[in-house]
Amino acid sequence: MARHVTTQRRAINSAAAWTVALMLFFPILWTVLTSFKPEAQAVASPPIFLGFDWTLQNYVDVNEQRDYFRYFVNSVIIALGSTALGLVLAIPAAWSMAFVPGRKTKDLLMWMLSTKMMPAVGVLVPIYLLFKTLGLLDTRIGLVVVLTLMNLPIIVWMLYTYFKEIPGEILEAARMDGATLKSEILYVLTPMAVPGIASTVLLNIILAWNEAFWTINLTVTDAAPLTKFISGFSSPQGLFYAKLSAASTMAIAPILIMGWFSQKQLVRGLTFGAVK
Amino acid sequence: MATQSSRKAARAMLSPTVILLLVWMIVPLAMTLWFSLQRYNLLYPDRTGFNDFGNYTRFVLSPAFGGAVVNTLVLVVGVLAITVILGILIALLIDQPIWGQGIVRILVISPFFIMPPVAALIWKNMFMNPTNGLFAEAAKFIGLSPYDFLGNAPLASIILIVAWQWLPFATLILLTALQSLSSEELEAAEMDGAGPVSRFWYIMLPHLARAITVVVLIQTIFLLGIFGEILVTTNGGPGTSSTTLPYLIYKEALLDFDVGTAAAGGVVAVILANIVAFFLMRAIGKNLDA
Amino acid sequence: MGKITLHQVRKSFGEVDVIPGIDLTIEDGEFVVFVGPSGCGKSTLLRLIAGLEDTTAGTMQIDGREATHLPPAQRGLAMVFQSYALYPHMTVRKNIAFPLKMAGMTAAEQEAKVQHAAKILNLTNYLDRRPGQLSGGQRQRVAIGRAIVREPAAFLFDEPLSNLDAALRVTMRQEISELHQSLKTTMIYVTHDQVEAMTMADKIVVLNAGRVEQVGSPLDLYHSPRNLFVAGFIGSPKMNLITGAEAAKYNCTTLGVRPEHIRVGEGPWQGVVGLSEHLGSDSFIKVEVDGIGTINVRASGEIGVHHGDPIKLSPDMDKLHRFDGEGLALK
Repeated sequence: MARHVTTQRRAINSAAAWTVALMLFFPILWTVLTSFKPEAQAVASPPIFLGFDWTLQNYVDVNEQRDYFRYFVNSVIIALGSTALGLVLAIPAAWSMAFVPGRKTKDLLMWMLSTKMMPAVGVLVPIYLLFKTLGLLDTRIGLVVVLTLMNLPIIVWMLYTYFKEIPGEILEAARMDGATLKSEILYVLTPMAVPGIASTVLLNIILAWNEAFWTINLTVTDAAPLTKFISGFSSPQGLFYAKLSAASTMAIAPILIMGWFSQKQLVRGLTFGAVK
Repeated sequence: MATQSSRKAARAMLSPTVILLLVWMIVPLAMTLWFSLQRYNLLYPDRTGFNDFGNYTRFVLSPAFGGAVVNTLVLVVGVLAITVILGILIALLIDQPIWGQGIVRILVISPFFIMPPVAALIWKNMFMNPTNGLFAEAAKFIGLSPYDFLGNAPLASIILIVAWQWLPFATLILLTALQSLSSEELEAAEMDGAGPVSRFWYIMLPHLARAITVVVLIQTIFLLGIFGEILVTTNGGPGTSSTTLPYLIYKEALLDFDVGTAAAGGVVAVILANIVAFFLMRAIGKNLDA
Repeated sequence: MGKITLHQVRKSFGEVDVIPGIDLTIEDGEFVVFVGPSGCGKSTLLRLIAGLEDTTAGTMQIDGREATHLPPAQRGLAMVFQSYALYPHMTVRKNIAFPLKMAGMTAAEQEAKVQHAAKILNLTNYLDRRPGQLSGGQRQRVAIGRAIVREPAAFLFDEPLSNLDAALRVTMRQEISELHQSLKTTMIYVTHDQVEAMTMADKIVVLNAGRVEQVGSPLDLYHSPRNLFVAGFIGSPKMNLITGAEAAKYNCTTLGVRPEHIRVGEGPWQGVVGLSEHLGSDSFIKVEVDGIGTINVRASGEIGVHHGDPIKLSPDMDKLHRFDGEGLALK
C-alpha cells in the first residue's frame, strides 16, 4: 500500500498485530523465563512473570547431569551428517536435472516428491527390524542415513530451483574454456550457487534437528538426540519445571535463531519451490 | 549443453539419488507387505507362518482402528481449518502497515521451529496441567475450577498444540503470497467501487488460492504423520481417545511387538495416505502448477 | 590453421530437422558471418561447430583434424556468448585467466597472457573489478579477452552486439573488425542484423530454416542474390519486389529493384507520394505506382516531395533483378 496511512490506523493495526504475535510467542517466552527461575518459584501459584530471582543454576544443573551434552552432540552430528550426505547426493542430481533436462525430468521430480508423501509408519516395521539385524539400531550412522533419505526430495527440489536460476551459458562458457565436469561444478557452479546451497543447508538442519519420529524410535541412548531426551520427560517429576525449561531452551535455541534467518528459504523449500 | 557426453554425465550423477530413493521406497514397503501376511510377534518368535489376511482383519476390526482413523481425520482437518483460516487473518493483519513488521514476523513464525517434544511438553506442563499450569492459574484467578485439558479433551488439546506449531507455516506462506499481490490490482478494484470485504473475496482470495492449495497439501503430508506430540502428552489416551493411526501402528510395533499386525497397519496407512493424496491432488490439482 | 569444413552436417531435435544438411568450408583467417531471421538455425549451427551440441549426422573437420565427436574443450575454439557469460564471482583477471588455469598454466604464465590481452582490449585498469561493476561494452571486452588468451584456431561470436545500445554497437562492431585485422584469426560471427553482416564479413552465409540460401562476399550477395529470400534479406531498405503484369513485361515472375536504384524524374512509373521520410542526407519515399503497387524509393536529400504529390520514377535498367516462379534468380 503506497498510500499515506494515518498514524491512528497504523497504531491500531500495530496493536492488534503485536498482540497476536506476543500471544503466539508467549509459550516460548514463558519457557525461557522459567529457565532462569529457581525451581520453587517456577511452580509458584500465582505464577511470577518477571519479578523472580534470576539464576543460571538450572543451566548448570542440566549440563552436569544426564549427559545433556551427549544428546546435544548427537543432534548436531545427525543434523550436519544428514545434511552433508544429502548435499553429496543432491548437488549432482539437481545439476543434471537443471542443466541437462530430458523429457522425463519433470516426472522424475514429481516422483521424488511423492516419496516424501509416504507415511513413515508404513515402513517403521521393516526399517526397525532391518536396523536391528544390521546392528544399526541406536547408531548415529543409521539415523543419518534414514534422515538423509527422508529429506533428500526436499534438498533436491530446492537445489533444482536455485540451479535453474543460474544462466546455462556460463557453464557452457566454462566448458568452452576447457573445464572438465568436475572443474565446472567446482569452480563455477558451486561458487555461484552458494546462497542457494546455504539456504538448503539451513532448512535441512532445521528439519533434521526437529525430526521426532525416527530419532525417537530408532535410538535408545547412544545415538539419542535431543528429541529423544526431551520426550523422556513426558511425566515430569514435580519440582522439575525450571530445569526442564532450561533443557528445552537449550534444545530449541539454535534452531529458533536459524529459523529467524531463513524465513524465505523455508517458504521455498517446504513448498517445493511452488511459492516464492 | 545437450551433448552425448553431458547426457551421459547427467545420468551418472542422477543415478545414485534415484537408486537410493527407489530402494528406500520399494524395499521397506515390500518388506512391510511381506510381514503383514505373516504371523510374527517379537515376543513369541517361534510362532511363525503365513497368516494370509488375518493380520489385516484383526487390525481393521480391532476396536481401536475405527477410532484411530476418525481421530486422524479429525486431527488433520481440525489443524488445517485452524491454520488456514487463522493464517489468512494473521497474514492480512501483518501485511498492513505496522510498526516493527520484521519483529512481528519473527515472533509469529517461532513456534514452527520448536521441536515437537518440546512444544508438547511446554503445553502439557506449563499450560494445561490442571494443578499448576497457566490455564489453571487463570481459571482460579477468575474463580472457575481448572480444566483438565489433556485428560478430558485429549484430541482437542493435541489439535491445539499442533495448530500452534503449524500456524506460523501457513501464515508465512500466505503472507508471502499476499505480498506478491500488486497493489495496483487492489487500487483498481477500489476505483471500481469495491469495499474491503469485496476486495478480499474477489481479488485477494483467488490470488491466494494457489498458496492455500500448497499449504493444505504440504500440511496434510506432514500432519498425517504427527507422532511426537501424542507420545509426549497423552500416549494416545486416555484409553484410545487420542490415538491416531500412526500412533496405533507404533504401539503395535514397538510396544506390543506385534510385527505382523503393525505391518498390516502400515500397509493400511500407506493406502489411506495415497487415497488422501489422490483426492487432494485431483480436487485442487488445477491450482497447482509444478 | 583455422580452416573448418562441414560435410552434410544435420541436426534434428526429435522429429524436427532444424538443419537438414549443410556443406560449408571456412578458410583460415576468414571473417564469416552466419545471418538470417530468428529461428533459421544460425545459432544452432554455431553451437554445433563449438561442440556444445551433438550433430545428428555429418562430419566436421577443424584444422585438418576430425572434430565431429570432440568435446568443446578439445576443439581449439573460443566462443563469445550473447550474454557474455562472464563468471560473476571472479574478477576480470580471473575471468580471463580461467581457460589458462584449466589448461594447467603456471600463475606467472597466466598473468603474462592476461596482461597482454588486457592491453589489446584496454582493460588494464579494470583487471581487479567484478563483472557486476562493469559497463556492457567493458563486459564484452572481457568476454573477448577470455577468448583471445586461448589463442584459438577460430573465434565464435553468438550475436555479441545485440545487448548493446545503438551507439555502442557501432563502436564495438569496428573494434571487432579491427581485432580481426590484427589477429588474422578465423572468426565466425552470428547475427540477425544484415548491416553487421555486410560491414564485417569477408564471406556471408545466409541461412533460412536451416538451409544455406547463398554463400558469398557481401557485395556478391548485394549485386547478385541467388533467390528471392537473399534479395529481400540483404539491403536496407528492402528490395522492391514486383509481381504481376509489370513483371511479365520483363519476362519473369517477380521483378526486383532496390530503392536506391530508382531515379525520380521522368520515367515509366507514375504514381502518388504516400509517406515520405526526410533524413537530410537521404529521403525515403513510399510511392503508390499505378498498376504496380507500393514502391520504396531512396532519393537524395534535396528532393522536396510531400504526401499527395504526383511523381514519376524510372528504375535503373542495369540493376534490375528477375526471378522465376520458384524464386530463383534468372540470368
